[in-house]
Amino acid sequence: MDKEIKAHVQQLLKQDKRLDGRKLDQYREPVKVEYGIAKTAEGSAKVQIGETVVTAGIKLSIEKPYPDTPDQGGIMVNVELLPLSNPKFETGPPSINAIELSRVIDRGIREAKAIDIKNLCIEKGEKAWTVSIDICPINAAGNLFDAAGLAALAALKDAKFPKYENDEIDYKTRTTKKLALSQEPLPVTIIKIGDKFLVDPTLQEEKAIDARLTVATTPDGTVSALQKGGDEPLTIAEVDEMVKIALEKGKFLREKL
Amino acid sequence: MTYKKRLDGRDWEETRPIEAKAGNIPNADGSAFFRIGKTTAYAAVYGPRDLFPRFLKNPKKGLLRCFYNMMPFSGMGDRVRPGASRRSKEISMVMQKSLEPIVDLSEWPNAVVDVFVELTETDAGSRCAAICAAAIALADAGITMKDMVSAVAIGKVDDKLVVDLDYQEEAYEDGPVADIPVAMLHNTQEISLLQMDGEMTREELIKALELAKKITAQIYEVQKKALKDRFAQGTEKPKVSGISKGDDKNG
Amino acid sequence: MSKLLIKEKEIVVPGEALAEGMDYLPGTGTYRLNDKIIAKRLGLVNISGRAIKLVPLSGRYLPKFGDKIIAKVTDITMNGWIVNINTAYSAFISMRDATSSFIKKGDDLTKYFDIGDYLRAKVVNVTSQRLVDLTMKEPGLNKLRGGRIIKINPQKVPRIIGKEGSMVSLIKKKTNCNIVVGQNGLVWISSENFDNELIAEKAVRKIEQEAHLGGLTDVIEKFLDKLMGGKK
Repeated sequence: MDKEIKAHVQQLLKQDKRLDGRKLDQYREPVKVEYGIAKTAEGSAKVQIGETVVTAGIKLSIEKPYPDTPDQGGIMVNVELLPLSNPKFETGPPSINAIELSRVIDRGIREAKAIDIKNLCIEKGEKAWTVSIDICPINAAGNLFDAAGLAALAALKDAKFPKYENDEIDYKTRTTKKLALSQEPLPVTIIKIGDKFLVDPTLQEEKAIDARLTVATTPDGTVSALQKGGDEPLTIAEVDEMVKIALEKGKFLREKL
Repeated sequence: MTYKKRLDGRDWEETRPIEAKAGNIPNADGSAFFRIGKTTAYAAVYGPRDLFPRFLKNPKKGLLRCFYNMMPFSGMGDRVRPGASRRSKEISMVMQKSLEPIVDLSEWPNAVVDVFVELTETDAGSRCAAICAAAIALADAGITMKDMVSAVAIGKVDDKLVVDLDYQEEAYEDGPVADIPVAMLHNTQEISLLQMDGEMTREELIKALELAKKITAQIYEVQKKALKDRFAQGTEKPKVSGISKGDDKNG
Repeated sequence: MSKLLIKEKEIVVPGEALAEGMDYLPGTGTYRLNDKIIAKRLGLVNISGRAIKLVPLSGRYLPKFGDKIIAKVTDITMNGWIVNINTAYSAFISMRDATSSFIKKGDDLTKYFDIGDYLRAKVVNVTSQRLVDLTMKEPGLNKLRGGRIIKINPQKVPRIIGKEGSMVSLIKKKTNCNIVVGQNGLVWISSENFDNELIAEKAVRKIEQEAHLGGLTDVIEKFLDKLMGGKK
């Protein structure tokens, strides 16, 4: 469908050039994080990477723990690809792209043990906090993985517990108690087109992808989630190179928090 | 009667601080941001575009479709489950009805104009904010509109007529509360949205609607400014506008 | 007494009163309501004599006879191509309107134009139901190879082109790019030199954003000189 765009992107890349003049490992400007954008959420943030704008909000609720993990709270990550944010997105049940995004962000946070779920337990087997992370793009203009991951982490950092007394949550009264984060995982997506690696693709560049690797990393250099996409396979050496870029760019994005 | 001063200190006829922008969603054909107090709406217009399913096509004129949605974290209290609820479907419908009288799609047979409104945070008045945002976004999209629509809730708390109730006022317990969301056409002052929760006399209702006339005229000025600011400075970012003399720190 | 409520070139919004009294006449984008003239879209005021009209600032492309546009092939049928023309309606190019060479019945049409190809074509028919037919049988109408396609606000196309093509010629000359501006808001830019291609795109974007402001040609000329500075 988009062979002309694809051909042009490929041709440019042969000279290490991109449609918008950026370097291959350069994010769009601005990369911006704004906290507390929704007073109704326990934590919230809005992230902008170039024209891509994504909001995320945290809701905290109390649920009964699962019988097999009676001393643990829960984490839930959900991405809504709002039709407001892109003409291609439709109303209705989540698309496979929304599900993939949700699950990749979820793994990054869960597997890095960013949130100590044992800490969320209030009463063993009876009550524990559940952390719901909802991510909603406002303008989906490429690289939703990184923007969604950054927004999720920013919202988590912004989150404070509501008052909880006599078995009831008073959502209107927020305490000063923050949601403790033991790790701060961030996904970075590296795109392979031809034999080049680049970060932060635009919508047009996303149409030309051969392979894609999303790598969630923590500040200490641990990889906490991976997701390979695209139709072409990757060699081990390529994965190694892509993880290296992800670690470096993870550092860059983390500075924006 | 006991309601002598508004809970947040506003005057009886004062809205919460309002902020509006146009053209804030580059992917959309037209877009807007409208915030009143702690109720924030984003609107995007896509179209006129091809309409599916085909049986909805009208060979005489284009179709206007509205979708109102609360983001999962936009409600105080429990998380709002994603997907259409009975409430959001009803609001989508009344939104559409409130905009239909002004929107002229006769140049666009068989096509559709979709209006999506997303609320990031709500503190009452969300359908009115949604309509205000949608009207700005439609104008920004270059849609032919014979007028603008502006909306506000007028209400009664105890025996006092008040403007733009927030959630704590809606939940006032020491006296009766009524809430009337109203949308009005700017020039003819005709009413295109009218709903009510609560109880009122006929005289009070008419008084409330007269007050809505005055307040929607103020809101129209904010909508107008948002649209003019978008283009006035060329590449410059749209500026923030507000009509309230109340403090802006919540804005 | 009739009274103008706005100034020439002012930006007005739907519902805004433009004039009072019966001496002024409502032109495009406006209508009369009692003794007032009201704007019925977002636009730039243009007063000529007693008539007030609005020049649109935004809005979709509405196909019209004679427009030269850029189309993208989305489907192939038995006897031609269905193309996306960046509006609410798709358009059709029949086999006999596509090329001057004879296409045999049952021939593989992808040999001529494949899905995803961009074509420069002319609108030859628009029905009341907005069925749109295009032709390519005219000089300069052909397949666009290489280069980039950018989407701009279709209402700004006249400014991108400029008076008798002066603006687009200026960009072409300064950047050494091939540029085709479609009435439907698609612009094709191509150059051997990718940096120049990007500069041309930036110039087009600048015109798009500042189209309603004055002194545009000078602004763009300086802009291009600055970006091209040193380069040939």
